[in-house]
Parts: sequence; structure tokens; C-alpha cells
Amino acid sequence: MSFFGFGQSAELDIVISDAETRRTAEHKTEDGKKDKYLVFYDGETVSGKVTVTLKTPGKRLEHYGIKLEFVGQIELYYDRGNRHEFVSLVKDLAHAGELSCSQTFDFEFAHVEKPYESYTGQNVKLRYFLRATLGRRLNDITKENEIVVHTLCTYPELNSSLKMEVGIEDCLHIEFEYNKSKYHLKDVIVGKIYFLLVRIKIKHMEIDIIKRETTGSGPSVYHENDTIAKYEIMDGAPVRGESIPIRLFLAGYELAPTMKDINKKFSVRYYLNLVLIDEEERRYFKQQEITLWRKGDIVKRSMSQQATIAAQRFEGSRAANSSAKEDSS
Amino acid sequence: MSESTVADTRRLNSKPQDLTDAYGPPSNFLEIDVYDPQTIGVGRNRFTTYEVRMRTNLPIFKLKESCVRRRYSDFEWLKNELERDSKIVVPPLPGKALKRQLPFRGDEGIFEESFIEERRVGLEQFINRIAGHPLAQNERCLHMFLQEESIDRNYIPGKMLLQD
Repeated sequence: MSFFGFGQSAELDIVISDAETRRTAEHKTEDGKKDKYLVFYDGETVSGKVTVTLKTPGKRLEHYGIKLEFVGQIELYYDRGNRHEFVSLVKDLAHAGELSCSQTFDFEFAHVEKPYESYTGQNVKLRYFLRATLGRRLNDITKENEIVVHTLCTYPELNSSLKMEVGIEDCLHIEFEYNKSKYHLKDVIVGKIYFLLVRIKIKHMEIDIIKRETTGSGPSVYHENDTIAKYEIMDGAPVRGESIPIRLFLAGYELAPTMKDINKKFSVRYYLNLVLIDEEERRYFKQQEITLWRKGDIVKRSMSQQATIAAQRFEGSRAANSSAKEDSS
Repeated sequence: MSESTVADTRRLNSKPQDLTDAYGPPSNFLEIDVYDPQTIGVGRNRFTTYEVRMRTNLPIFKLKESCVRRRYSDFEWLKNELERDSKIVVPPLPGKALKRQLPFRGDEGIFEESFIEERRVGLEQFINRIAGHPLAQNERCLHMFLQEESIDRNYIPGKMLLQD
């Protein structure tokens, strides 16, 4: 977000060093549009170059210092004034002085902690970005470059199935079973519904995936429910003793990992909602929470990338607190 | 180590269904017919009654077959009782047709054949919808409406206890 001041005399640009080879992911913005961003993981180094381009070459640009920040931030839409920064790193690229020509500065934030996954929701947004700032007397010139962070997990040790008998006394008794309680984003939900008692006229049955975003705490807690998927598993009237199989492929839906009490600010949880509809459109349902996690299928690659980046030497640049350089290398 | 295992999508084990369950009559049999409209009385004191026949195998109903005569105001009574005592959103009844009860109409008003047929259909839809509702089945007023010869408007409202 460049600050379009009155007659801006310079432009900032942030380029991330391995942008060509790094994985990208599509991420929704607040207004629903989808944009592509570079994907980073926890512990990875973020490095690159910041370029200051003078609009009128030859005309000297006075500034109060050039810095680059790496920020991880949680923003609640109903409380925009209080953006909560859970990661905040700064590199001073140049001390106060003068620029006579366009210049490039290298930067490296080594092994940055990125504890949470990027998330854009209905009432809350968690994002990571680089922000370059050129300090001036009246208006600073800034530029932001957003990245997306994915949190990876390995197969959980304990992953019991979900099995329960539910119903309405003397009307409808079913036993549902889902093969796991924790599913990765490309997993398959395998299950079954067994009918023990059917005294109502069922027309069809479906399974829905519901995302519930919870923001706030104490008295002011907001829940936002969003039905991500609806999948019909039975058409017609079952009788006692029938078993209806479930096979739901999660890869076909836009899902993100379960987020529990992120920085004590928000949670994103997922539920399977089993819905039976009778001939008079009455709905009978049972909700069951599941945990979604992101499988690290490119763990190998990112580790080697990490090693490469850690071993990289930047030509002509020095560590964080070096004095400002006049000439670009 | 990246894993590229294919997910196991085989069905979960389930008990084989008992053949008497598979091919026997379903446990949810409930059919109610509203038919045979008869207009009784003369002049201004006329009213129409309908035959309400119920056939069911649901254990909550004492009689597996019943047949009673009911008029529109009886259906209204049932609707009011259910709205008051149960948490159900009761479906609508066919209209009261007050306009048809005004004098100086060119036709038979509420005793017009087409109107009676329209009303009969609406009443049949209404009673089938409500009788299949698990919460309505628990109300004594529904059982009295369907299975007792006449409606005792001084009855004590309440819930049913399952009859064995």
C-alpha cells in the first residue's frame, strides 16, 4: 500500500530473493478477490532487495532513514484501531541522509518465526508482510509486500474414529461413524450411517462441512458460520438395519487448517453436520467437530531451500546494523 | 520425507441387514385421508364435515386404524392447541373464506363444490404434515383429534406417554 502523497518524489519496491522458485498460493483478500502470494513456512529466512527509485533523477532526495519491517499481524474488523502485532522485526537499511540516485539495499531476516497460518475471514484477518519505510519531513514513503504463511503438521499420533449413537426417542435412532477425528486438507472422510430405528419418512440425507469463525472474548463473542460444502449421501427412505456409506473427498473444497485460540484472539473450527430431511422438509441434524491440518507434502523441498538460503552469502551487503551505504554494489 | 500414499477409501464394516427388516413393512407407515365432505343442516346453520381416516403402524398411536368426522373449526382448534402447547411452527390451514360467508353472492359461498374440494385438499395436506411431526405426536390434542369420536374442548392438555 504505497502512500500516495502530494507529488511523491520516490518509489519503493520490495523484491523477495527466491520469488522465481518459491511456491505460490492463492489467498482471498478481504473483499473476496483472490490474489497469488509467495508461501513461507515457520523458521524460513525472508531475504531480498529493497529498491528506492527517484522519480526525477539528479534531484537529491533527503530522508530521515530507510527501514524494512517484517510484521505478523492480527486485525479484528470491528476493532481496526488495535492491530495486534505478534511478530515485529526491523532492519535499518540506511541512516538519515540524502540519496542522489536510485539505490538498492539487500536485506535478510534469518529464520523468522511464523507461528500462525495466514487467514482472511469474515471478522478477522491474520497476515504477514514486509513494509519498507523511507522517512520524510511531512509524509513517509512506504511500500508493503504481503506473503502467505502455511503451518504444516505431520500425521497425528492419535487419530481415533468418531462413533456415536444419536436420535429422537421412539422416532429416529442412528449410529454415525467417521473413520478419523483429524483429517488433512486432501484427505477423504470415510464413514457410515447405520439406521437403528426409522419411524419418520426420510426423503434424503446429506453431510455438510461447516466453518465456524469465533472472534472476541468474554461477553462479546461473535460466531460466524459458513457452510463450505453440502454433499448428498442418500436419496430415498431407509429402513432399520440399513447402512449408508460416506466417502467425501476434501481436496475438492476450499479448506484451511483448524485454528484454535490464535494469540487468544480468534478460532476457526470445522464441523461435519449430518442432516436428514423428511418428506415435510423437516430437518434433523447432528454436528460433530473435526480437526483439519495441513500436510507437509513438500517438507523435503522446503528444508533444502532453507539450507540454501541459510548458506547464501549476500554480495556487498553487511549485517543489520551497518552504516548506510552510498553506492549500490 | 514426503509421502504420497493414496488414502484408504474402502467402506467401513457394517452389519448385514436382517432380511425381515429389508423386506418387511416400514416402521414409518402413516397415512391420513380427508374425504367425503357432507354438508349437514339447513339454511344459515349449515356446515360441512369431512371424514378423517388414519392408518398407521407407529406405536405412539393407540389405534392402528381410525375414522372420525371433523369440520373446519375442529382443525382450527387443533392448530390453536398445537401453537399454544408445543414448540412447533404449525403449518397453515386453508383459508377461512369469510368473504364467501357474506350474503348476496351469486354462488353457494362456502358450500360451493369447488371451494369444498379446495378446502379438503388443504385440510388433508395440513393434517398429514402435522401428524408426521415427532413433537406433535407427543400432544394429546392430536390423538384426540384423530382417534376419538368427538373432541372434548374441556379436556386437559398434555403430553402422551408411550402406550405399549
